[in-house]
Amino acid sequence: MRIPCPLCGERDASEFTYLGDAGPRRPDPTAPDAAEAFHDYLHLRDNPAGWHVELWYHEAGCRSWLQVSRNTLTHELGEVRRAEDLGLDEPSP
Amino acid sequence: MTAPDRIVAKEGIAAREAARPAGAAAAASCRRREGGLIDRSRSLSFSFDGKAFAGHPGDTLASALLANGVRLLGRSFKYHRPRGVLTAGSEEPNALVELRGGARREPNTRATVVELYDGLEAASQNRWPSLRFDLAGAGDLLSPLLTAGFYYKTFMWPAAFWEKVYEPLIRRAAGLGRLSGAPDPDSYEKSYAFCDVLVIGAGPAGLMAALTAGRAGARVILADEDFRVGGRLLAETHEVGGRPGPLWADDVLAELAGLDNVRCLPRTTVYGVYDGGTYGALERVADHLPVPPPGRPRQRLWKIVARRAVLAAGATERPIAFGDNDRPGILLAGAQRSYLNRFGVLTGSRTAVFTCSDDGWRSAADLVRAGAEVAAVIDTRPDARCPDGLTGLEDVALIAGGRVVETRGRLGLTSIDCLDRDGRRRSLAVDGLAVSGGWNPALHLTCHQGARPVWRDDLATFLPADDLPPGLAVAGAAAGGFSTAAALAQGAERGAAAAEAAGHAVRKPEPPEAEDGPVAVTPFWHVKESRARAWLDFQNDVTVKDVALAHREGFRSVEHLKRYTTLGMATDQGKTANVQALAIMAELTGKSIPETGTTVFRPPYTPVAISAFAGRSRGKDFRPVRKTPSHDWAVEQGAVFVETGAWLRAQWFPRPGETHWRQSVDREVLAVRNAVGVCDVTTLGKIDIQGADAGAFLNRVYANGFAKLPLGKVRYGLMLREDGFVMDDGTTARLGEAHYVMTTTTAKAVPVFRHLEFCRQVLWPGLDLQLISTTEQWAQFAVAGPRARDLLREIVDPDHDISNQAFPYMACGEVTVCGGTRARLFRLSFSGELAYEVAVPARYGDAMIRALMAAGAAFEVTPYGTEALGVLRIEKGHPAGNELNGQTTAANLGMGRMVSKKKDCIGNVLSERPGLNAPDDLRLVGFVPLDRRAQLTAGAHFIALGRAAVAAEDQGYMTSVAHSPNLGHSIGLGLIQRGGERIGEKVRAVDLVRGADVEVEIVSPHFIDPEGERLRA
Repeated sequence: MRIPCPLCGERDASEFTYLGDAGPRRPDPTAPDAAEAFHDYLHLRDNPAGWHVELWYHEAGCRSWLQVSRNTLTHELGEVRRAEDLGLDEPSP
Repeated sequence: MTAPDRIVAKEGIAAREAARPAGAAAAASCRRREGGLIDRSRSLSFSFDGKAFAGHPGDTLASALLANGVRLLGRSFKYHRPRGVLTAGSEEPNALVELRGGARREPNTRATVVELYDGLEAASQNRWPSLRFDLAGAGDLLSPLLTAGFYYKTFMWPAAFWEKVYEPLIRRAAGLGRLSGAPDPDSYEKSYAFCDVLVIGAGPAGLMAALTAGRAGARVILADEDFRVGGRLLAETHEVGGRPGPLWADDVLAELAGLDNVRCLPRTTVYGVYDGGTYGALERVADHLPVPPPGRPRQRLWKIVARRAVLAAGATERPIAFGDNDRPGILLAGAQRSYLNRFGVLTGSRTAVFTCSDDGWRSAADLVRAGAEVAAVIDTRPDARCPDGLTGLEDVALIAGGRVVETRGRLGLTSIDCLDRDGRRRSLAVDGLAVSGGWNPALHLTCHQGARPVWRDDLATFLPADDLPPGLAVAGAAAGGFSTAAALAQGAERGAAAAEAAGHAVRKPEPPEAEDGPVAVTPFWHVKESRARAWLDFQNDVTVKDVALAHREGFRSVEHLKRYTTLGMATDQGKTANVQALAIMAELTGKSIPETGTTVFRPPYTPVAISAFAGRSRGKDFRPVRKTPSHDWAVEQGAVFVETGAWLRAQWFPRPGETHWRQSVDREVLAVRNAVGVCDVTTLGKIDIQGADAGAFLNRVYANGFAKLPLGKVRYGLMLREDGFVMDDGTTARLGEAHYVMTTTTAKAVPVFRHLEFCRQVLWPGLDLQLISTTEQWAQFAVAGPRARDLLREIVDPDHDISNQAFPYMACGEVTVCGGTRARLFRLSFSGELAYEVAVPARYGDAMIRALMAAGAAFEVTPYGTEALGVLRIEKGHPAGNELNGQTTAANLGMGRMVSKKKDCIGNVLSERPGLNAPDDLRLVGFVPLDRRAQLTAGAHFIALGRAAVAAEDQGYMTSVAHSPNLGHSIGLGLIQRGGERIGEKVRAVDLVRGADVEVEIVSPHFIDPEGERLRA
């Protein structure tokens, strides 16, 4: 599999480390249901057959954490963005 | 012989057969005086089973053996049947040999693809005592017992017999070649390439594709498994553009060689298709030489990334199953033509052709043209006639609607029996039989990403599916374009499309003129009248009866059929067997072939040696070793080393007269406690953290408070995972307003860095900071012991005050050493003694250890290794890797109160889960044996006195043990339920693995200086 890193260009998947689903957002630790929310954040994952947005780390490259759209059936890659850039779109907790 | 009724009458053939001399003595196969693509001006000597032979450049081992009249090449896997050559390519199931000798011996090599070289040694396999007389061949007589599923049914009981008796027996009897057992003396390497268009196969389609794309300026790689380009053109007598096929191929190759943007890889098999247009290929760099030239690898494994690829791998001919169809002398018709036309070898002195299509007739025509005798063409089609365009066949007998039912000849074919369309049986004395059952496109690579081939009734074959791997197109016979003209046209078209897709403007060439014969096949799978066994999978000895048995016993799905009969599971992966077996199963179930299923293929297309996958990663090169900056010095001291992760660290430094490691380690420990010791701690992970929000960041990633760490101070930090368990620990020093240096444990240096980058980039991208690993950049040494400060005063330049007042416990700062060398000094203690860590740029590491040792001589300085380091920390009760094992919480380690409740940090929400805070949770405490002579063992489990040593009574486990030279006995750290409340209580430490059962007392984990006075001295 080849992942187009926004900084380094297209690179072999062996340069990257996989984390998993990019969907879950770290919950507010001060919320009254924080324990439950953290449980869900850590342990509940969808396992879709098809498009999946996930986190990859370009460990043997620029060290960017990337948000990668990947089709789990075909390994086709869609949009790839640096997580850092995405995060700046949202207010920091 | 053009009229269909010119079928030779029974009497006619019978009369001819009767007139033949009995027991003809001439060799059944031989070299012709002329013809073929071999260099008769040069001779190459080689040996087979110790006997010397000669061949020519251009030969394969198979063609050279056939040229010498050798038809018997091996014994089959299960029944030890005599076997010869079936094919002329990489699909060969039979002719497997052991190639080369000594450490280079290579089993199961297909003689049909071994390029002949001078001095080649080969031996037959799976026979004893000799190939011609094989005792295990008697197993063939027991064959009625040895049908499919025999092993499953027979060796069921007693269960214990399987491993000890049955399996060794079966493994010895059934088998292939032997490995040398010696290390491979050759080297293998890996290469990477990127191209616009990868063309797989250099037959007419592949050459045309490469030429079209290459002329358009695309970066092209052309790979072919053969050592000569041309593919099927080498085996046939076709002309292309008025030129003999092989010469046309040479012309194209010459033009390609002149294009800078084209790379030709002969002897290279593309064996797999992977995601993202990545292809695996094996180049046999030196397999055609006796030994690789100096500095050259034997084989090279390529990873090729191609924007587009054209698969032009051709097709594989399929046999027809009939009684005893496995005798040496029976070849596929296409292979027989390959030996005749390419290698100038006749595979029989008198040959019959058995075919179900026009294609088989080519064999008869080529044989007649070569002046060889053709006994008959047996064509399964009742209305068979000589195809248009073939000449010289007027005198060849035709048995239309005929079938070969049986064959004879113990070690090689001597005669066949056939039936004509009226069921009359007749015998033909032939020592050669060319069999043509139609062609299967070599579509294997199209399946590697899950696509399933599609059955085409009109062509009676499977074709590549529409859902091909992205970027791959198929051309020529592999796509069902069986005629030369079709192959050339498809090759040009796919090559042009591929180059265009890669962004090149293409001028489409007019494909040269070539034969465009019809390719109609009336499929014929097996001869129902045959009594004797009819072989489908030659390599795994699977017959038509085995398929019938599988059907009777309910193993009807293709996947069950395969596993029950082992069909297609040999090293050839059933390239000449799968489709026929599937068709026969379809016949038995009364379903169509598409309803019955398809076989799919996975990489590799042909076997790839493990050595090639390993490449240079063998022995010590399997994983690079990281050496500490003081490594050379430690070697000079005679240190004993230990691998910690990839690092090689000094474990202890033996002195003359010390005969046991404990003597060395005890001495080193006592030296630290009583004088001063030096240890290389460079391997600890170091992360440089800078930025306005660095402090805030540390406060979020460490469980304990870091917001108020003053400048010039170091703090111990405990890092949790988000699930509340401990991830790692270490220290972080504040060197500047916005500059921190973190250390991690050696083992977790990489994962912690990855985690911190995750926190920085994914969780809190708004924080202003940057991280970089500096583990390799700084050499760091621990200087520990009551005289540590005295020693450092000799090292640290005098303008830096390192007195206890100016530089107290947990101080840090940037200093200079040895007259101006930049350094960092940390007052940290892992041993519990007065201790420092001094760091210098890595290039000064060697000089630093030598300076420390020279200056320390006056203070009896002693270097210590990881073993003493471990003893010192256990005496002090510091947790390390054994305790930070991913299953422990801060509370387990006695550090529960460090987890701040006042701030948000990774892991603090879930560290409060009830499950992690149960009243009888494990706590880290110390243990001493009641009998001070007893040795504790790590891994022992704690059981209350008087209770049984069973899992239900388990109260915890010992994590670390050491012999304490200061206390004079064994001590341990361990996790036990409610440990902190049970000081003074006695329990058993039971180690069932090592057979130890020791009564121990629970004590404080701080065996030495529990008040911490020494480290603050």
